Amino acid sequence: MSVKPAGRPDKPTLGSLQRSRSADVRGQVFLGLLLLAVTLAIGMVFAVLLSVIADGADVLSSRLWGFLSNPSSSDPVKAGVVQGIRGSLLIAAIVSVVAFPIGIGAAVYLEEYADGGPVTRTVEIAVRNLAGVPSIVYGLFGLAVFVNTLRGITGGSSVISGGLTLSLLVLPIVIITASEAIRAVPSSLSDGAYGLGATQWEVIRTQTLPSAMPGILTGSVLSIARALGEAAPLLVVGAAAFYTTGFQGFLDQFQGAFTALPMNVANFAKLPADQWAGHAAAASVVVLVVVFFINLVAIVARARITKRLGR
Amino acid sequence: MNETRVIETNRGDRDDEQLPSSAVNSVFTTRGLTVYYGDFRAVGDVDLDIAEGEITAFIGPSGCGKSTILRCFNRMNDLIDSARVEGSLLYHDIDLYDDAVDPVAVRRRIGMVFQKPNPFPKSIFDNVAYGPRISGIRGSMDELVETSLRGAGLWDEVKDRLDKSALGLSGGQQQRLCIARAIAVSPDVLLMDEPCSALDPIATGIIEELMGEMKKDYTILIVTHNMQQAARVSDRTAFFTAEADEATGQRRGKLVEYDDTSVIFSNPADERTEAYITGRFG
Ligand SMILES: Nc1ncnc2c1ncn2[C@@H]1O[C@H](COP(=O)(O)OP(=O)(O)OP(=O)(O)O)[C@@H](O)[C@H]1O
Ligand SMILES: [Mg+2]
Repeated sequence: MSVKPAGRPDKPTLGSLQRSRSADVRGQVFLGLLLLAVTLAIGMVFAVLLSVIADGADVLSSRLWGFLSNPSSSDPVKAGVVQGIRGSLLIAAIVSVVAFPIGIGAAVYLEEYADGGPVTRTVEIAVRNLAGVPSIVYGLFGLAVFVNTLRGITGGSSVISGGLTLSLLVLPIVIITASEAIRAVPSSLSDGAYGLGATQWEVIRTQTLPSAMPGILTGSVLSIARALGEAAPLLVVGAAAFYTTGFQGFLDQFQGAFTALPMNVANFAKLPADQWAGHAAAASVVVLVVVFFINLVAIVARARITKRLGR
Repeated sequence: MNETRVIETNRGDRDDEQLPSSAVNSVFTTRGLTVYYGDFRAVGDVDLDIAEGEITAFIGPSGCGKSTILRCFNRMNDLIDSARVEGSLLYHDIDLYDDAVDPVAVRRRIGMVFQKPNPFPKSIFDNVAYGPRISGIRGSMDELVETSLRGAGLWDEVKDRLDKSALGLSGGQQQRLCIARAIAVSPDVLLMDEPCSALDPIATGIIEELMGEMKKDYTILIVTHNMQQAARVSDRTAFFTAEADEATGQRRGKLVEYDDTSVIFSNPADERTEAYITGRFG
């Protein structure tokens, strides 16, 4: 029992317990600044959304189906983004198949198996720095390796090359977010499983990964969204501005000419504004909707996993 | 966390030492058991003979190494990279820290209940069935789950909600679920590290009663800060303390006295034990 040096405080009066408005000025100012920041952030997002939708409204309302289902064309009334949608969806698929398993696997290794020594730490720092490398640099790497060196497999400037390049681009993000999700799993869970005689692999499979899955999913979806928004690396890898969709064999779908929605946006934006006014904005809206749906799928998956975990 | 990392053992000069005759029906026999975290000698020179079918309590002030010693018995210390175990620890006649011993197999026989209830984020049923499933038992678990839950005195409270999440249980129920989970693999020994410290007196009473019954089937080692609990439930009590080392000034844990609980609480041999159990400690 320690005795307060100042002795027993004075008897409380009502005044001493009343809230005084002036006292917490700093707190109120701080709260005001926070509100301002939130308002500005949300306001800017809405401004971007609204302006894109307003600009694209003309094209989307007058010929929505044609815009979605037609290939590229030099005629503004016929031009559509079906090739871009196809390219973007294929890229999303390639990123999911390539970057997710590799990234999540690397994260599991770094968090659960690596010894935490200098080599591990160097790798971790390298991964963090790779996440900040400009996307165009990945594009140059993709051009050198996937388009040129591995031409025999990728077919050169193809959706495979583009998808692999973007997989590399998002790999550090997948590794970092998955690592953080794995690190956030309480050690009491793995201790409990080890205590019952589980092997390390069983602990990872039955405890660590399921508990980390919601976080891993969030990171993975963020990385897909990032991949779907990139135009620069695809430009370097050789995504086509225009190409005519001829009769394509199955392999051509993957190894032939390709484009993606951000490329459509960029190309439309370069065309004379008098006839091509709303096309870039309309294509942007399509990108947003695609990303929105991928998000939705992830949110539903996340909710189901969380529910199964009983949280 | 490297499961395959070999913990060095240093039994050298003790190998030829004669074990006391009381070790015949001992589940565990430790001689000179010492644990280091890196260079820090957390607790050392612990000699214990844990008798079969008894409850042994570890008591002592915070930081004296009770949990550290307890974690040696199922090799949970292997999971802490900096931990190093020296001395000898025999489980029946087997050296637990022999290179050939697989810690996973050890933990299937020597279960553990932790200080904080740590049910898995799964259904109540799946929590209990977890251990049997990973030990390769296939087929219907219904009976095993029921017996284990009955063994932990939880069956009547949860029998209608076996498929509900274990996280929806109260703290006391969660701890009994963890006990059910531990006994579902039919262990030989149960290690309990302050199993009641997060529970109210009623839940604590239920678990103490349970331990009295489980004694028939398992040897139990329990760490507790609750002197009455040690006196109520245990047959033998080990009192640990931590004393500053003259050379380094670090506080290092040691075993002070180990005897029948009645002796420790009524007529301890060491004055430090007496000071601690009468509440006159530091
Ligand atoms: N993982 C660890 N790494 C380094 N030092 C540790 C680790 N765990 C425990 N220690 C140290 O070892 C000593 C013994 O700790 P231990 O947890 O075994 O004490 P305890 O008797 O169980 O205490 P309490 O009653 O508070 O649980 C303490 O000095 C503690 O700081
Ligand atoms: Mg402890």
